[in-house]
Amino acid sequence: MRQEADIQPTGTTGAVAPAAPVGEEDVRRIVREEIERAFKKDPAARKAALVASKGTLDWAYPPLILAGSAAAIGMDTSIFFTFYGLNSVHRDAARKLKIDPVGNPAMPMPVPIPDIVSALPGMVPMASAMMRSKFAKNNVATISELLDTAKEAGVRLVACQMTVDVFGYAPDDFIDGVEFAGATAFMAEARRAHVTMFI
Amino acid sequence: MEITEDRLVDARDLMCPMPVMAATKAMRRLEPGQVLKVLATDRGSLGDIPAWAEANDDELLESGERDGVFFFYVRKAAVE
Repeated sequence: MRQEADIQPTGTTGAVAPAAPVGEEDVRRIVREEIERAFKKDPAARKAALVASKGTLDWAYPPLILAGSAAAIGMDTSIFFTFYGLNSVHRDAARKLKIDPVGNPAMPMPVPIPDIVSALPGMVPMASAMMRSKFAKNNVATISELLDTAKEAGVRLVACQMTVDVFGYAPDDFIDGVEFAGATAFMAEARRAHVTMFI
Repeated sequence: MEITEDRLVDARDLMCPMPVMAATKAMRRLEPGQVLKVLATDRGSLGDIPAWAEANDDELLESGERDGVFFFYVRKAAVE
């Protein structure tokens, strides 16, 4: 068995009072404090990288709300818009973002409507208008307002170059401030972020 | 003791995340040590404003409810 070593001040000369022995509790406390300090300094705790991949009105909200909130608590935040997620940053977002009641049992309807009726022409614009007015009535911000506040708070909006090309979009089709990058650029950001989400 | 604010954000009737976004914008214009008052009716702000303050190392001095309106006094952190 090894003997417990006496902890003595090192590298000093002259009259230095012998240090008190360091007990297990002290070690635990020091480790706890150091970990807390390290977490505070950890740059990854101040970084969020989100992916927005959906192109419907309901799915347009979560990435923008979460990204804005992340920026509000001081996080360096970016959203990578890919595939249908590009709708949110398109200049025509207000027209492109819709909601389809077909196959969407979660959508609240004034009366139960069977899918065969929901599938009729005119139901998609109706459902989309219903959702917009419900949100407006409850003072929920619009997508365009959320984009503005997110940008103002410093959120970076990045459009996936590959899907921009595949869908035949031009850079001018997107709102001001949108950057263009690829999947590797996103991953290089994401690996430095504790918070990444695929929405 | 009555707290006097240096700036007021009236976020009544706004829904998540707008009270926090408005508070963030206002806080940027304050000097360290100054106090921001936030008014909100969004029930989510009861959790959001304290969490926002803590994450930014700002200090929630006082919070409560008056006539259905939530109020928060937040002092900006001395060092960013």
